[in-house]
Amino acid sequence: MSDHEHAAGGAHVMPVKVLLGVWAALIVLTVVTVWSAQYDLGRIDLVVAMGIATVKATLVALYFMHLRYDKGFHTVVILGALLFVALFVSMSLLDRAAYQPEIDARTVDLKAR
Amino acid sequence: MTIAEPSTPVQHEAEHGDHPPFIAHHFEDANHQFESGKLGMWIFLVTEILFFSGMFCAYAVYRSMHPEIFSYAAQFLDSKLGGINTVVLICSSLTAAWSVRCAQLGQRKGLILTLALTIIGAFGFLGIKYVEYSHKFHDGLLPGKYYQVQSESVADVGLAPSVTGAEGDAATTEADSGAAGAHAAVEDEHAGSHAPAEGPEPDNVKIFFGIYFAMTGVHGLHVIIGIGVYIWLLFRAIRGDFRPDYYGPVDFTALYWHLVDLIWIFLFPLLYLIH
Repeated sequence: MSDHEHAAGGAHVMPVKVLLGVWAALIVLTVVTVWSAQYDLGRIDLVVAMGIATVKATLVALYFMHLRYDKGFHTVVILGALLFVALFVSMSLLDRAAYQPEIDARTVDLKAR
Repeated sequence: MTIAEPSTPVQHEAEHGDHPPFIAHHFEDANHQFESGKLGMWIFLVTEILFFSGMFCAYAVYRSMHPEIFSYAAQFLDSKLGGINTVVLICSSLTAAWSVRCAQLGQRKGLILTLALTIIGAFGFLGIKYVEYSHKFHDGLLPGKYYQVQSESVADVGLAPSVTGAEGDAATTEADSGAAGAHAAVEDEHAGSHAPAEGPEPDNVKIFFGIYFAMTGVHGLHVIIGIGVYIWLLFRAIRGDFRPDYYGPVDFTALYWHLVDLIWIFLFPLLYLIH
């Protein structure tokens, strides 16, 4: 019964069970993040931490933010934003060493003073 | 016009032209208003994501260029407090999501309770943030030219409780004055336990703290704004403004609040949990 509650406008009402389940999952994943950070996983360190964070973010977006039950257009809007973030960050990273010679020259300059 | 039942919807609407009072003139009906507001909120969240992405980009570029600065500087962040704050914000996000449910179902008491709990969570987050910030200020772990960490106070991080008697007093009154001797002793005693594992301090640690304060500061500003909006919602909920066919503000503010939570979910491991 509680799985099929709807508000006046036909909007989906999130059942308490789902809210608490998502909350518990987020807490567990936070503990897992802190726990896994104790171990030096080397190169995959960042991948693991970001992977867990992405799972948490997805849970929040799908259930707390109702995206799973919402209009598909809102998902398109948010994924579009993330696409541009990915482009922005990756293009900047490609180019990150471009100014290193100037930085090195300036560092030498500062140290000489 | 039937005067016998003054509170019929027809009568109510007649007082406000052809629509109930909570619908603005330019919307056809409650649903039209709600959907427009919701789309507007999602677009706003997009601008927020893009806005924060500038700082995430600075973080990514600087960390990829200078990983040694990040592993050195992250040891000064208290991952316990950061973790507690993550949990506080997740709990606050739960109550925010629950407040939307209460509003949809017309549970006024539950709505007031969940809104109040959300505000309490937000204040808890800021309180913990204040403790962290005052530690950083105290230790001179600040951005740019304000960064001034003496090697003693670097070794001093987290050691004060284990120091006894006069040494303890000296340590808490800070590194500047005559406490240098005490600090030297402390340093010897605890060498290796809290001392930087990565060896000598790399150059430009101050830039890490620039990134740290910019990201957590702007995030904290969002929390403060969220508190303001939630107090306004609490006021309106107590006044009885919200009903199952009008709860847009509660829903949209919760979306904003979840985004603030989402950003922290990424900030926490990126800033606090670096090797």
